[in-house]
Amino acid sequence: MARALINVPAQAKRGEIIEIKTLISHVMETGHRRTETGAPIARDIIRQFVCTYNGAEVFRAELHPAIAANPFLVFSTVATESGTLTFTWTGDNAFSVTESAAITVS
Amino acid sequence: MRLVWAALVGIVVAVAASAMAGEIPLGERRSGYDFMSRETRAMQDDDTANPGMLWVLEGESLWGRKVGVAGRACADCHGDARGSMKGVAARHPAFDAGTGRPVNLEQRINLCRVDRQQAPRLAWEGRDLLALTAYVARQSRGMPINGVVDQRMQAFLDAGRATFYRRQGQLNLACSQCHDDHWGRRLAGNVIPQGHPTGYPLYRLEWQGLGSLQRRLRNCMVGTRAEPYEYGGPEFVDLEVFLMWRARGMTIDSPAVRP
Repeated sequence: MARALINVPAQAKRGEIIEIKTLISHVMETGHRRTETGAPIARDIIRQFVCTYNGAEVFRAELHPAIAANPFLVFSTVATESGTLTFTWTGDNAFSVTESAAITVS
Repeated sequence: MRLVWAALVGIVVAVAASAMAGEIPLGERRSGYDFMSRETRAMQDDDTANPGMLWVLEGESLWGRKVGVAGRACADCHGDARGSMKGVAARHPAFDAGTGRPVNLEQRINLCRVDRQQAPRLAWEGRDLLALTAYVARQSRGMPINGVVDQRMQAFLDAGRATFYRRQGQLNLACSQCHDDHWGRRLAGNVIPQGHPTGYPLYRLEWQGLGSLQRRLRNCMVGTRAEPYEYGGPEFVDLEVFLMWRARGMTIDSPAVRP
């Protein structure tokens, strides 16, 4: 299951700083833990998050094993023009999720 | 003389009992939410920051999925959950005539699955059962807890109350000793809450996931070094009945976030 929750204001004024919130479902298994019988549990984390605004990258984050499950990222950008914000999470075991949100700038 | 002693002992016991007797007055009850930091409260209150909503969304899609031999989805009988499931979590555990016992929300969902959908039972604490429970419980958000306590439920409520006040485990502790007598004080770095089940299933930051009330109760039992009851065991359900009665009138805030 890969579900993401995204909160982008639907409308903004040109030049306004907008806050973007993203939450994605992921176990973020560190790779440092073992099972009850001592077998290592393989690492399974999101490695990278990228947000593009009409194709231009506005935010990028590298994620590491110490980050909790279901990473919640909040960042801001400047509303320049109407269009689409695209969010991509990639990680171990070919994990890849892409979501998008539309924004109208007046 | 013996009589005087007996009377004295009686008085001492009564005084001790009243000093300990700590049923919390209705007006002084507080949800675990009130003991949380500002940041954790903000996380719970914002649906796009509350990780419990991931399970609610999953539950919403399961609600419409046809399963089992009967090939029926929850929605085929119950329609739109936003109307039909309103208040359901606020009145569970509720009496089930079929089993002659109270059943909690998870058990009710599984009864529906087995009897009506003719599908295999969902596993306790499994993703699907938590998701469906979270979705159903979400529909009662903001509603007061109002379980029905009638003639049939009384015995189970009493059994749950007895469990709550019974010392158990290697540390010889009863639930009431922390949650009635010492709420608001600290156990190591954590504030002891009153133990009202207003937000289950809830997202615990410590678990990094969603969990049921019974999972939380198991935590407490392991903490007191008692042998936890089985998931869905009658002891747990009776205790749930009592805890919901104890929290009667308080507001459901599922899916809650707790530290």
